[in-house]
Amino acid sequence: MIAWLIHFALALLATCRDILPIAAIIIGFQLLVIRKPLPNPKKTLIGFVYVLLGIAFFLEGLDMALFPLGKLMAKELTSTEFLGISPQDQLATWRTYSWVYVFAACIGFATTLAEPSLLAVAIKAEQISGGTIRAWGLRIAVSIGVAIGIALGAFRIVTGIELYIFIVIGYVLVLIQTLFAPKFIVGLAYDSGGVTTSTVTVPFVTALGLGLAQVVPDRNPLIDGFGLIAFASLFPIIAVLGYAQLAAWLSKRHLSSKP
Amino acid sequence: MLKNHFIKQLFNSFLDLVPILAVVFVFQVLIIKQPIPDVISLIIGTVFVVFGLALFVQGLEQSFFPLGESLAYAFARKGSAFWLLSFAFCLGFGTTVADPALIAIINETTDIVSQANIITHSSDAKMHYSLGLRFTVALSVGVAILIGVLRIIHGWSLSYLLIGGYGVVLVMTLFAPAEIIGIAYDLGGVTASTITVPLVATLGLGLATTIKGRNPMIDGFGLIAFGSLTPMIFVMAYGAIL
Repeated sequence: MIAWLIHFALALLATCRDILPIAAIIIGFQLLVIRKPLPNPKKTLIGFVYVLLGIAFFLEGLDMALFPLGKLMAKELTSTEFLGISPQDQLATWRTYSWVYVFAACIGFATTLAEPSLLAVAIKAEQISGGTIRAWGLRIAVSIGVAIGIALGAFRIVTGIELYIFIVIGYVLVLIQTLFAPKFIVGLAYDSGGVTTSTVTVPFVTALGLGLAQVVPDRNPLIDGFGLIAFASLFPIIAVLGYAQLAAWLSKRHLSSKP
Repeated sequence: MLKNHFIKQLFNSFLDLVPILAVVFVFQVLIIKQPIPDVISLIIGTVFVVFGLALFVQGLEQSFFPLGESLAYAFARKGSAFWLLSFAFCLGFGTTVADPALIAIINETTDIVSQANIITHSSDAKMHYSLGLRFTVALSVGVAILIGVLRIIHGWSLSYLLIGGYGVVLVMTLFAPAEIIGIAYDLGGVTASTITVPLVATLGLGLATTIKGRNPMIDGFGLIAFGSLTPMIFVMAYGAIL
């Protein structure tokens, strides 16, 4: 119990250290430049404490429950016993790893839904759009994007296709979509791409990438483990832009089909 | 009233977590066919995660969202672009330079780079390289938020800026040293922390709401987008110069 308390106190301290630069900048500018008191200092301060405690509990819980299990599963799924191959086996093709892709997609989807930064952006998007954009709808679209991205990333590690080929094709696609997508969605789509890879997703994904790179022959775990995160930020942009384009196209068709 | 609200939030947070639990159970029990190890700490940990997430959202709505809005409002009323831009730069730079996730990934990167013999093995060279990389990324995020705010003030088109920026990324990818590409792209992905994102997002939206002629939906988003774009450009440039 005492050991646990110390552990939790350390987690809380680490979160305090993360929040310190932001607090310093805000207080500094508030005092020196804006020179006006905060409208609701007590409420703001209590809210800060909530955020601090919330993040500490969140990370502590992840550390206790989900990260060890996720890492264990990534290891089991990529173990030679589970895959049914021997290390010298040259017959293993990319199909051997089919469960890995399914797991990559599922875990990418599920962890993104629980990502706190995405939640914050989604709440704001619903408020600003007056409910036209639903927080849940946005989060599901982003999660589908991450799922596709991580699965493709796993496929890339297995096949050894160069990272930059995927990235270049992906970004060219995003650029073309940006030109044709409804204007109001562009900023939100790119912002959602940036927030998908923070607290929850990264540890799961890196464990998977590392496990895969270790078991696939001729892969360097240090080099091929990279790139999964890049995929997880690229594909949500495609998904959200695509979702908006599809919605716009459907409503257009619906309108023109009416006499 | 507040209690009711919090209980509802707890339930929502639990719903957010259900997919992870489902994936873990289905794969562990049905596909890998192994028992779940240490069920008790899984349950306690899940309770912690749900409680922490609910508390986080409560704090955001009570503190971070109003704070971001009031800052944006105060800066817009003050009418000094200089102070607003320096605040934007400090926010981006200050929150990134000490970000533990960034430091962790940079330390890992430095090991790889030194194993690939791009820099020498001495701890001095390593230290120099990782510090350089850290400041490069922090500088790039500061510049990103600065450009993003400047864009909201002037009402520049986000699409063209992003297309231009990613065009630069693509061209640089073709010429940058192969080892730096994966690192640059991953560093672009890790720069948005759980604490920075809500503040930066509300700052942008608040500015777009306050400044006349801006539409918050079209102009308010995009600050975080620049924050993931510029690190790629800066890091690839850093890799090319070295």
